[in-house]
Amino acid sequence: MPLPSPFHARTAPLCESYRWKDWAGYCAVCAYDTPADGEYFALRQASGLIDVTPLFKVAVTGADAAELLSWVWTRDVRKLAPGRVAYGPWCDERGQVLDDGTVTCWEPGRYRVTSAEPCYAWLAREARGWDVELAEETARVAALALQGPTARAVLRELLGDEAAQLGYFHAARFALDGPAGTNAIGVEVTRTGYTGDLGYELWVAAEHALALWDALLGAGRDHGLQPVGLDALDVARVEAGFILGGVDYTSARNALIPSQRSTPYELGLGWAVHPERGPFIGREALRREKARGPRRALVGLELDWQALEQLYASYGLPPHLSTAAWRTPVPVYAGGAQVGRATSGAWSPTLKKNLALATVGAAQAALGTRLAIEVTVEHERRTVPATVVRRPFFDPPRKRA
Amino acid sequence: MERARTGRRYDAIVVGGGHNGLVCAAYLARAGRDVLVLERRHVLGGAAASEEVFPGFTYSVYSYVVSLLRPWILRELELARHGLEIIPLDCSFSPLPDGRSLARWGDPQRTRREIEVFSRRDAEVYPEYGRTMMHMGRFVKPLIDAPAPEPTSLRPGDLAGLLALGRRLGDLPRDLRTRLQQMMTMSAADFLDLWFESDVLKAPMSVSGIIGTFQGVRSPGTAYVLLHHYMGEIDGAFRAWGFAKGGTGAVSAAIASAARAAGAEIRTEAPVERVLVAGGEARGVVLAGGEELRARTVVSGVDPRLTFLGLVGEEHLPGELCERIRNYKLRGSSGKVNLALDHLPEFRSRPGIGPHLKGDIAIAPSLDYLERAFDQAKYGDFSKRPYVNVVIPSLSDPSVAPPGKHVMSCFVQYAPYHLAEGAEGWPARREAFGDAVVATLEQHAPGLSDAILHRQVLTPWDMERELGLGEGNIFHGELSLEQLAFLRPAPGWARYRTPLPGLWMCASGTHPGGGVMGAPGALAARAMLKAGAV
Repeated sequence: MPLPSPFHARTAPLCESYRWKDWAGYCAVCAYDTPADGEYFALRQASGLIDVTPLFKVAVTGADAAELLSWVWTRDVRKLAPGRVAYGPWCDERGQVLDDGTVTCWEPGRYRVTSAEPCYAWLAREARGWDVELAEETARVAALALQGPTARAVLRELLGDEAAQLGYFHAARFALDGPAGTNAIGVEVTRTGYTGDLGYELWVAAEHALALWDALLGAGRDHGLQPVGLDALDVARVEAGFILGGVDYTSARNALIPSQRSTPYELGLGWAVHPERGPFIGREALRREKARGPRRALVGLELDWQALEQLYASYGLPPHLSTAAWRTPVPVYAGGAQVGRATSGAWSPTLKKNLALATVGAAQAALGTRLAIEVTVEHERRTVPATVVRRPFFDPPRKRA
Repeated sequence: MERARTGRRYDAIVVGGGHNGLVCAAYLARAGRDVLVLERRHVLGGAAASEEVFPGFTYSVYSYVVSLLRPWILRELELARHGLEIIPLDCSFSPLPDGRSLARWGDPQRTRREIEVFSRRDAEVYPEYGRTMMHMGRFVKPLIDAPAPEPTSLRPGDLAGLLALGRRLGDLPRDLRTRLQQMMTMSAADFLDLWFESDVLKAPMSVSGIIGTFQGVRSPGTAYVLLHHYMGEIDGAFRAWGFAKGGTGAVSAAIASAARAAGAEIRTEAPVERVLVAGGEARGVVLAGGEELRARTVVSGVDPRLTFLGLVGEEHLPGELCERIRNYKLRGSSGKVNLALDHLPEFRSRPGIGPHLKGDIAIAPSLDYLERAFDQAKYGDFSKRPYVNVVIPSLSDPSVAPPGKHVMSCFVQYAPYHLAEGAEGWPARREAFGDAVVATLEQHAPGLSDAILHRQVLTPWDMERELGLGEGNIFHGELSLEQLAFLRPAPGWARYRTPLPGLWMCASGTHPGGGVMGAPGALAARAMLKAGAV
C-alpha cells in the first residue's frame, strides 16, 4: 500500500491515465497521459517536472560528517567543496556495490546523501565514534526534478539569475516568495538529474511542496514545462546511459548468490573509485579488483537497425517500436555463446536508435565489439546484431553548459 | 471385524489418525501395501482437526495455521485434488497497551514504515534479517526433508550424508556460519538483540522461539526454533502462513482422502489399547474391547512416551531407552481458547475491521511481558497475562461461521501441564484460565466479552485426555536441540525404527519434529519401504 507523496494533491488529478506504480513505498505516476510520448518530448524539447520525493535522503551533519562519508563512500568526500554535489557508489567490505547516489555538501559539516534504497541504518552503523548526526529526511523533504532544455529559463523566472547560473553538479539555497501573506520558502537547488540533460533538482520542506509545485508550473507556463511521469523518465535515463539499481545491477545487500553482486569497476563506475586514498569500506578488495581488472563490464549497446527491420520483415511485419523502455533481461551473445545479458533498453526517439544497457564479459566490452541480442518476434526467440558503443548515448552540450 | 475373524494380516497398522499417521498410511498404500489406520476419536486428524463444536461455527480446535506442511508432500499426495485449499495470511499485527501498534505486511515498504515508528534502524535492518533467515532456512531445509543424519554411524550412506552436510556447512559464507552457531546456542531474545533495538518489534518476533516449549524467550536454545518456524512455506515461498479452507481439519481430510484413494483403510472410534507383542516382536494391536488386529508392521502415530511406555510396555524394551523416554521432555506449555463471536470487536490501537485482522494478532507487547508470562509458568501457574496468538479465520474463509459472525482462535502460552497442584488441578482452573485469556484480549479489544456466543477452553490436560498428546505437548516433545534430529526421540532411534522388531514410529516425536509438516509420516513410510519392513 504505497503512500501519497507531498505532491499528490496536484499530481493525482492530472494523472488521467490512472497508471501509478510503487516507488519505494510512494505512489508514483507512470504516465500522466496515454500515450506518454508527449511527456518524453517535453523532457527533450522543453522541460518536465518529475516528483522524485521517494529518493531516500539522509542529512549528515557534524564535525566528522566528511570523515564518515569518505569512509562509507568510494569517493573522498573531504575534497567535496561546499556548494558541490558528487555522484558515486558505496560498497560493502568485499568491494561489492550496495547502492549508488549523490552526496551534496551544503557547507562544511552539512551534507545530504540521496540513495535508491534506505541507507540510514548502514550509515548509523558506520558512524560509531564520530562526531556525526544522522537524520532520515525522506518524508520531510519533498523533491522535484526540473529537467530539459528550458529548465534554466523556468528556474530564472522562479528564483532569478543566480539560481539559473548554477553550475553543473553545484548546489545552493534560495528563497522563494511564499503564496500571498506567507513567509518566503527555503528551496535547495542542485544542478543534477537523471535525464542526462540540462536540469535541476529542487528540495523543499514537505509542507511547502504544493507551493513549490504551483510556483514552478506558473514559472514554466511560457516555457513548455509539464508534469512528467516515470515512463518518460526511464526512456531519458536509458538515453543518458545511467544505470538503475535493482534493474541493471543488484545491490550486494539483496544478492542471494555471489554472482548477483557487482563491483563499481564492473558497473563502469571505476572513475568514482580511488583505492589509493585513505581507508574506506571495501578498499582492499577494490584495490585488488583494479589491479586484476573486472571480469565483467556494463556497456552500452546499439542494436543494428537494418537487421532488426529485416528480421521483422521475414515475418511480414514492420519493426515494432515500443514508446516505453523495457527492463526484462535478455541474453547477449558473442559468436553463438551467451556472454552476458541486456538489462534495460529503449528506442530513443531523439537519437533514432535502439539502445540497451548490458553486462558482458570483459573480453566483449571494447567499443565497437559486435555482439548479438535476443529479440522475440511473434513469440519466437531470435537475435539481432548489436554493437558496443560509448555511453552516454545522448549527451547534449547544454547538460554541462 | 471380518478381517479379524478371517485372520487377515495387514502389511501395516498405523496407530493414530493424526496427520502424520495419515501421511504415512497414504505413502504406504501408494506403494501397494495393505494399510489400516486406527483412530481413537470420531474425527480424523488428531490435533489437526476441524469440529463444529458450537452449531454453525467450525473451530480449528487445536492447530490453527498451516505453514510447515512440506510442499513435496502436498504435490506427491495431490492434496489440492483431494480438496485442500490454503489461504495465505498477509499480516502480523501486534497491538500495544499504550495505544500504538505494529503490523508487519507482505508489502516490504509498508512494513518498513510501520517499524520506522519504533526504530528507523530496525526498519532498514528487518529485510536483511529476513534474507539471512531465508539463507539459513535453505541450509536447514534439506535436513527436515530427509531422515536425520546419524553421526555415530559408519555406514557408507550415512557417512556420505554427513559429508554432504559438512560440505554445505562449509559452503555457507562465514557470516552465515556464525549466525548459525549463534542460533544453535542463544536465546531468541539475545539473538534478536543482535539485530534489533526495538522491543516492540523483537517481542512478536521472539515468540516463534518459544511456541510449544516450556522455555522463555530468554532461555538459551530458543533461537534455533525461530529458524524452524521460518521454514514455513506455501508454494515454495518461505515464511508464508495460511489458513486451510474449512479449518486445519481440511488438511487431515485431504490426506485421508489421498490415503483412501490409494487403498488404505481408515477406522475411527477404534482405540488401540496396546501393541501385541509376541516372540520379541510386534505382531499387531489390541483394541479396547479386545479385538485383535494383526500386521507385519505396527506404526505408531502417537508420541514416543505413549508408544513405548503406554502401548508397548517397558517389559518389551531396553532399559536405556525407557529411561530416555521417561526423561524425554513433553511438558506441554500451551492452551487454546476458541470463541464463537456474534460480531468482531475493534482493536483500540487500530480501530476498524481492516486487513490487519486477517493475519495473526500477537499479544506480545514486550520481551519483559513474555518473560514474565514464563515466570508464572515456571512455578506451576498459568500466565495471568499470557502471550496470545489470535487468528480470525472467518474473515478470510466465511465457510467456518454464519454470515456476519466470526470464529476467533486463540493460542495461549503459558498454560503449563504441571500445575503446582498437579495436572489434575486443571479442570478446576480451566475456566479461570479462559477468563484470563479473554481479559487479556479485552484490554486490547474492548467489548470482546459481550460478543462471545460460545467459548471452548482447552488446557494441556484436556489435550492429553482428548488427543492422547503426552502432557499436552503439541509437538510430541519439545523442539529443543537435545531432542531434535538424531536425538529425536532417542539417540540411535531417530530413523523411525524402534528396538522392538515390527514396531516403527511416524509422528512428530521423530525427526524432523512437530507442526503440521507431514515430513515424519512421509519419511517414516519411505524408511519402512526401503528396509522392506512392509
